[in-house]
Amino acid sequence: MITRVVTVQNPEGLHMRPADKLVRAATNFQCQIELERAGQIADCRSMIGLLTLGAPQGTELTLRAQGPDAPMAIEAIARLFDSQFDDP
Amino acid sequence: MKFSVFVAPKAVKSDLAATTKEEVIAELVQSLVEAQEILAKDKDDIIKAIMRREELGSTGIGRGVAVPHTKHPSVKKLVGTVGVSAQGLDFESLDGQKASLFFLLVSPPDRPGDHLRALENISRQLRDEQFCRVLSQSKTVEGILELLEEADSSQASN
Repeated sequence: MITRVVTVQNPEGLHMRPADKLVRAATNFQCQIELERAGQIADCRSMIGLLTLGAPQGTELTLRAQGPDAPMAIEAIARLFDSQFDDP
Repeated sequence: MKFSVFVAPKAVKSDLAATTKEEVIAELVQSLVEAQEILAKDKDDIIKAIMRREELGSTGIGRGVAVPHTKHPSVKKLVGTVGVSAQGLDFESLDGQKASLFFLLVSPPDRPGDHLRALENISRQLRDEQFCRVLSQSKTVEGILELLEEADSSQASN
């Protein structure tokens, strides 16, 4: 299991387009990937799950991945957060 | 954010006539006009903005549900409506399934937090498969409103 804390940096928070990008990125990997906000856990492949996090700008989320390609997955997902999902 | 905060009861539709994505968006926006939640003069612009958003990626999030939305400067608070299509229609959803339950949202441009909280509430309720199924089979506006009310009262203050 690999864990990293990521921060929602884009002004509009984790709304539908960023969530869509996360789901698409996560499906490129075989490992389990999840995001947690204060005890609430969402599967990174579930749009509905990610939206239930309701994470505005500045929210810290715990990113976890488990599986053979977990290191690559963590990098890819963290990069999306750092690039602010290319969200205007 | 509870449904009662952003769903305009007078704009809720139980028997959508639309058979395409564009038609269903137009029908729900028209319903917001009739409920006096938005002005008739803004209707076409709002429909266009929602369609432009759909071009970036469908808001059909799975489970037969779509959440078409846009920001628009004409609204001072988040306004939304709910529509049910008995036969369902192709909304280019992520899971390839037809959509039969629609939550349409129009938000003021400077309130991204409200939009997020509405999405959070909709998604949280959608995790309940029974809620989804019963809501998308609702035949009357009263039935839809009752289900939304039930969902609101079953969650803690939010």
